[in-house]
Amino acid sequence: MFWNPKIECMPKDQLKALQYRELKSLVNNLYSFNRFYHDRMKAQNVHPDDITSLADITKLPFMFKQDLRDNYPTNMFSVPNNEVVRYHVSSGTTGKPTLVGYTKNDLEYWTEALARSLTSVGIGPDDTMQISYGYGLFTGGLGLHYGAERVGATVLPTGTGGTERQIELIQDLGVTAIACTPSYLIHMGDVAKKMGVDFRRDTKLKKAVLGAEPWSESMRQHIEESMGIKAYDIYGTSEQAGPMFTECEERKGIHIAGDIMYVEIIDPDTEEQLEPGQKGEMVVTMLKKEAMPMIRYRIKDVTTLIDDECACGRTSPRISRITGRTDDMLIVRGINVFPSQIEYTLLQIPEVGDQYMIHVSRDGALDNMILQVEIKEEAFTDKLDDMVRLRAHIESELKKYLNIAVTVELKSPGALPRFEGKAKRVIDTRKF
Amino acid sequence: MADRKIKQLSIFVNNEPGRLAHIVSVLKENGVNMKAFNLAESAEFGILRAIVDDPDQAFAKLKDKDIIVRQTEVIGVLIDDEPGSIFAAADLFGREGINIEYGYAYTGRSAAAFFMRVDDCDRAIEILDKAGIRLITDKEI
Repeated sequence: MFWNPKIECMPKDQLKALQYRELKSLVNNLYSFNRFYHDRMKAQNVHPDDITSLADITKLPFMFKQDLRDNYPTNMFSVPNNEVVRYHVSSGTTGKPTLVGYTKNDLEYWTEALARSLTSVGIGPDDTMQISYGYGLFTGGLGLHYGAERVGATVLPTGTGGTERQIELIQDLGVTAIACTPSYLIHMGDVAKKMGVDFRRDTKLKKAVLGAEPWSESMRQHIEESMGIKAYDIYGTSEQAGPMFTECEERKGIHIAGDIMYVEIIDPDTEEQLEPGQKGEMVVTMLKKEAMPMIRYRIKDVTTLIDDECACGRTSPRISRITGRTDDMLIVRGINVFPSQIEYTLLQIPEVGDQYMIHVSRDGALDNMILQVEIKEEAFTDKLDDMVRLRAHIESELKKYLNIAVTVELKSPGALPRFEGKAKRVIDTRKF
Repeated sequence: MADRKIKQLSIFVNNEPGRLAHIVSVLKENGVNMKAFNLAESAEFGILRAIVDDPDQAFAKLKDKDIIVRQTEVIGVLIDDEPGSIFAAADLFGREGINIEYGYAYTGRSAAAFFMRVDDCDRAIEILDKAGIRLITDKEI
């Protein structure tokens, strides 16, 4: 089953020609109408006329997350504000969050990508799909919501949390498909067991579209064996629009709709393009984006490009499961956390020093994050209450900036390790 | 009045193996004797409150070792060997609006006392004096 067979099964050479045309018009447009990217091209001494083939994309300058921060909130936008129809917000590296804006067409292509993806895993009008991603500023909830509606599924917008109620709804409404983080689905399995609910026997749930955090084949196996649910990997970040691309029924890599996104894999050190099959850092160019450009964006995810024919018949290139990051970003309970955000938050709290350690572990199916900080001598009172209050204050500040619950441990000055050279402040004992 | 305000050391202790031993060994190496102490603890840290025979020297030595320490003042209500002696003081404080932040017991060779940290040390002493409740002095510890 295809949502858009003409594009999805387009011969590879035609797809490449289409990508070139899209790139060319995108670059022309940005050079003329986007101040930020115009200046970026000037600085690199490249003009739209220099782009005469798809391979010429390497002449274009890279974009970084820092650019989004420097141009916060809307300095990078290509369109006037009255054409922006939605914002989403995700974590930034320090202080300011990452803001993404969408025109009507941007939302349309996001939904189109998801409609193709959901169709490719066999989700359609006969399905009832529960969206257990967060709704709101996070892209997951609303993205999957409109994608599932587009393919005609009955959508149940539960959002996150209230696990027992979610399980009841899965039973009562005959939910057949779910979108959430893989760890949340495993958590649901644990809670169901306590409720005496067997997913195989008591529900119709057969398919899960899982992403927003790293996971593995062994987690997939665990979900399929213990719950009888076929699990598919979904990929996409807010810079691209949100979760967009999934595996097909073959489950041999994530299909990237070539008319929407162009993928390069580079060596992060030499910045040279790598061949299909070689592991490197993904660089993405969003070919249809209107509100804010995303050209050769260093997404920092590590993967490989798969360019052979997929048995499903789709000609789009695929990427393999994301195996890591080229920066220090952590994904905790589906939320991106940069150590620099934690540093920034601690700087705002005069009672603590600037040394810290982050411990991330998995408690059952769910992630647990502990932050150890040193209190300053002058902040010490001999009352336990004061200390407990200080700890609660730090936890609430972190919650405010990171949007995630962190357990804080207070330490005395000098108790935490000091680093010469590259600091190793994150101890992540999770096994995916 | 000064000798009835007892100097107490409050020490921040990381809750990890060997930490308390380290602090106590600093005191021992410097010939400081702990007369009474109390440990208040939370999950990952504790506060050790101690009354020692040479608080100023102990304070300096601990600071030298980068241990977080603070000097605080407490009072010690003498306990005679009959029921109700702590009650009398606590009851008075309750009526006079003095807040007891924490307390712990001490039994010495010559006297027993209940050390208390209160929010207004001077007024607390005044109130107890008026009521004829005796406080332990430096020398009696």
